[in-house]
Amino acid sequence: MTAETTSGSSPLGAWTARLAELAPAVRVTERPFLTQLTLRVRDAQAQAAIGPALGVELPSTPCSFTRGTGPHGELEVLWLGPDEYLVLARPGVQQSLEDAIRAALGDAAGAVVDVSAQRTTLALSGPRVRDVLAHGCAIDLHPSAAPTGTCVQTLLAQAGIVLLVSDAGRDEFTLLVRSSFASYLAAWLIDASVEYRMVPA
Amino acid sequence: MTANFRLPVGGRVNRDEALRFSLDGRPMLGYRGDTLASALLANGVHQVATSIKYGRPRGIMAAGVEDASALVQIEEPFPEPMMSATTVELYDGLIARGLPGQGRLADRPDPARYDAKHVHCDVVVVGAGPAGLVAALTSARSGARVVLVDDQNQAGGALLGSDEYFDDLGSPAAWVHEVLAELRATPGVLVLERTTAFGAYDDGFLLALQRRTDHLGAAAPKDVARQRIWRIRAKQTVIATGAHERPVVFADNDRPGIMLAGAARTYLHRYGVLPGRRIVVFTTNDSAYTAAIELAETGVDVPMLLDARAVPPEGLVAECAARGIEVRAGHAVTGTEGREHITDVHIAPLAGTGHPDTIMCDTLLVSGGWNPVVHLFSQLRGALRYAPELGAFVPGEELPDVQVVGSAAGALDLASCVRQGGEAGRAASEAAGFTRPAPVPLPTSDARVAEAAAMVLWQVPEGAEPTADTRFVDLQRDATVSDVLRATGAGLRSLEHIKRYTTIGTAHDQGKTSGMIAAGIVAEALGVKIAEQRPTTFRPPYTSVPFAALAGRDRGELHDPVRITAMHSWHVAQGALFEDVGQWKRPWYYPRPGEDMADAVLRECRAARESVALMDGSTLGKIDVQGQDSGEFLDMLYTNMMSNLKVGRIRYGVMCGVDGMVIDDGTVIRLAEDRFLVTTTTGNAAKILEWMEEWLQTEWPHLRVFLTSVTEHWATVPLVGPRSRDVLASLAPELDVSNEAFGFMSWRDTVLDVTGGVAARVCRISFSGELAYEINVNAWHGRALWEALMAAGEPYGITPYGTETMHVLRAEKGYPIIGQDTDGTVTPQDLGMSWAVSKKKPDFIGKRSFARSENNRPDRKQLVGLLPANPATVLPEGAQIIESAHLPEPPVRMLGHVTSSYASAALDRGFALAVVRSGRDRIGETLYVPVADDVVPVTVTDSVLFDKEGTRRDG
Repeated sequence: MTAETTSGSSPLGAWTARLAELAPAVRVTERPFLTQLTLRVRDAQAQAAIGPALGVELPSTPCSFTRGTGPHGELEVLWLGPDEYLVLARPGVQQSLEDAIRAALGDAAGAVVDVSAQRTTLALSGPRVRDVLAHGCAIDLHPSAAPTGTCVQTLLAQAGIVLLVSDAGRDEFTLLVRSSFASYLAAWLIDASVEYRMVPA
Repeated sequence: MTANFRLPVGGRVNRDEALRFSLDGRPMLGYRGDTLASALLANGVHQVATSIKYGRPRGIMAAGVEDASALVQIEEPFPEPMMSATTVELYDGLIARGLPGQGRLADRPDPARYDAKHVHCDVVVVGAGPAGLVAALTSARSGARVVLVDDQNQAGGALLGSDEYFDDLGSPAAWVHEVLAELRATPGVLVLERTTAFGAYDDGFLLALQRRTDHLGAAAPKDVARQRIWRIRAKQTVIATGAHERPVVFADNDRPGIMLAGAARTYLHRYGVLPGRRIVVFTTNDSAYTAAIELAETGVDVPMLLDARAVPPEGLVAECAARGIEVRAGHAVTGTEGREHITDVHIAPLAGTGHPDTIMCDTLLVSGGWNPVVHLFSQLRGALRYAPELGAFVPGEELPDVQVVGSAAGALDLASCVRQGGEAGRAASEAAGFTRPAPVPLPTSDARVAEAAAMVLWQVPEGAEPTADTRFVDLQRDATVSDVLRATGAGLRSLEHIKRYTTIGTAHDQGKTSGMIAAGIVAEALGVKIAEQRPTTFRPPYTSVPFAALAGRDRGELHDPVRITAMHSWHVAQGALFEDVGQWKRPWYYPRPGEDMADAVLRECRAARESVALMDGSTLGKIDVQGQDSGEFLDMLYTNMMSNLKVGRIRYGVMCGVDGMVIDDGTVIRLAEDRFLVTTTTGNAAKILEWMEEWLQTEWPHLRVFLTSVTEHWATVPLVGPRSRDVLASLAPELDVSNEAFGFMSWRDTVLDVTGGVAARVCRISFSGELAYEINVNAWHGRALWEALMAAGEPYGITPYGTETMHVLRAEKGYPIIGQDTDGTVTPQDLGMSWAVSKKKPDFIGKRSFARSENNRPDRKQLVGLLPANPATVLPEGAQIIESAHLPEPPVRMLGHVTSSYASAALDRGFALAVVRSGRDRIGETLYVPVADDVVPVTVTDSVLFDKEGTRRDG
């Protein structure tokens, strides 16, 4: 059973206004209700077969993600482990996307799981976004070390996150956080931005 | 006494900005740019405190972190203990008190903000003295990302204490200014002032404390972090931390007015402050001559310089003579006079001709040589080597990706320091991949260079051992030469042991001035070479770090992440009280106005048993198990068989460790031939997923099984009670909820009549013994589902319940909570769950242990129920169980303990679960539970106390 779900209450729905106040130093917006599927596949042939079904190749480089457009619209495939990927797509395509991946997977060992509500997604940008992240994230986010296409699993403060460098040149990041930690993370982001709100860049 | 020791001009203080401060109630004025110590000296105040053990007056002996004696308690603007007057930047309104050793923490919460920040770089340079500045600029010009860390409020290091003609620019300050301006203008360079690198760790990880607004006092902006911990990760590390001057030990060497010679230069040049009016200098090396000459040039009376060396440096002696300073070679200070301040020094020849003498003075400057600041190198486990020409330890080996340069490496002249800095900067940036560093022209100066070798002198020899020893080695610990000799006399040889025996080097300054001297005296006493002695190990932190800074923003609501479910805001709005389960906030109970916890829980229990109730079960761990070999995998993990579970059905399962002890339990539902969903207890979710992954990845990698946590994808609501079927039916028009169509331990997918149709998975499982459904929906719809259930259940008085009621309901049925009724020593058999242990499976985790004789002892502790003789009694959980009605003399034989205990609405009495030796054989017996001064009789029963026949399960 996979619900075609595009609405409801998102984990940070109640935080929209408070997060918006961080602009222009940092712009934080939730991208709620995205389709998110965990994909597990080891076999190289099966991995290769899934790319065409999605319209984008699975990332082959650790700690990276790929982006493209296919039958299910624009989507991103995140490398989370040697045989583990997270597929991000527009809201409401859980079932059709899962079906397409399963078809491409065939008999190969693997798994597809709808985890759309497991994490929520935040878009972060702005001139001080790297500063704010640096208060809680040990990863080097300098464009030379984390170019566009970087995808890491790490901690932001005390919450586990998946962090994507969406556009290094434009200071754009995408952050995924477990739903239960989302309020903590929002509170932390607001707190960490205090100095930068006072003194705009 | 009002005195003004401030020069009319000179120094880096702003004479236009006067700052009010006080020490021990005495109001004084200083300037912006002063430290507390320099401002005190400008007011003629040397004594800051009295010593911890002997109450002797103690003053300012240094100008930096190495000072061992000038400790203060800051009272205003916010109490802070154990601050060194030599490192506190002066601000308006500072109120301080001299400290005899111990300080006092504030009795109110610190209102200041503290935070932390990560920074990455190619090259980190610690120390912005001449070596560090050249290293940083050389790296920066190569294009490398550079972080320059310096603990002072301005760069320059030792140059701040000098004013020689420098380079083509004239003064050291001008050169520093120029270098710093270029560094600041270079992209990718971060200059951190007022920042102490206090810990060096593996792989280029460095911790530093930045004091960002301390110097603003009460005027510090509230929203700016007062202090920040920098977590620096560098590919290359350049340590340019300089050197600390070392005193020489002699009798009464602790009086206020006795100061290191280099510190006096710093007070003169950096702060425009004279340490006194009549100054005697005692040295073992050339460096203190400069202090004597410069002070004499300012008009201070410097009658005499004592050089311990028999042959003093000719050129410097001539310079002294030209300024009226008498140099006495081969002489040493043998004692001093004075109370709050030194008044006289006693001198004597160290050997050969001459006679003892006494000289009047108000200041005695001492130099016993220089100790390279090797702390960070030693923290990195770099071996130290004794350099006999310095009388100090220097880096004794090469460490990968680490360079030590300048005075920290033992170089004591400017030319060597800047040359080493340039070489290190180039080498570091090349190693980090920047191949074309632009060279930095090295500055030159007309500073006096050493003419003659230094003499290493730890202490001025004494004829006879004094009765009351005043030859202080560690001023802060009041530890003397006699204390060192007592340690060696007691047979101690290791410096580590002697450090602990004497406490030398264990105070706030960590022996920056005393450690080397103690090592020297020990070597002399034992007749061994220092080079053969292993030096004590330097450990972080280099200087003290406030706990508030380490805590940073992890305070209040950010102290520990609070995990909440999709329905959390509803629970809050309904006035629920919450229980912490791991990081989760779970509703504990929902009191109505006027209810206490007992009332609320009884009401919630009654609703579940008599009508319908619901709880938020979303925190339950949920793991998707997928792949062709999933059944085989689960057969190995659970004690019972899972591979024969039919699609659409649910089975309760128990998991054991390799020792056969229960580690978790939960339900397993079969979604498809190759797919299961297993649940874990809330607190164990992450641990069990790791446990499963560990077996899968390390023992059975051949299995085609994939595990995915879906805990937070689902919102889960157990709907419980005889009317639960009615409530579900009203929301699930497509679902046949009859017992025949939808039996116990099976699941169905359906669409609920919630906000236009929400897909749900409904499981018929029960943790209460009542007819119950566990409804799972995508968490985005959790709140809507909850509200729909509340509305649909209104005709039946549907009641939300919390974890406490859940615990009571399950305990009445004898269902154990893993981790509450078990403690890692309990087997499934002990819980009366032999039925859940497969006899057919060839193997599973824990199986082998079930055959051990220990596991089959008849007197193992087994889960049973207890009914107190008085129905009103609710036993305390954890209470011990004994055999006799009276508490015998110890040792008392304990039969077991109470694991769960509640008042039951259904039983109309108190009851408990307990683990008891041979418990099942004791059913019907009376045992006893000591509670405070009473011994409560209890009847042992089966662990299932309510609805033994299970008649309520199907409604």
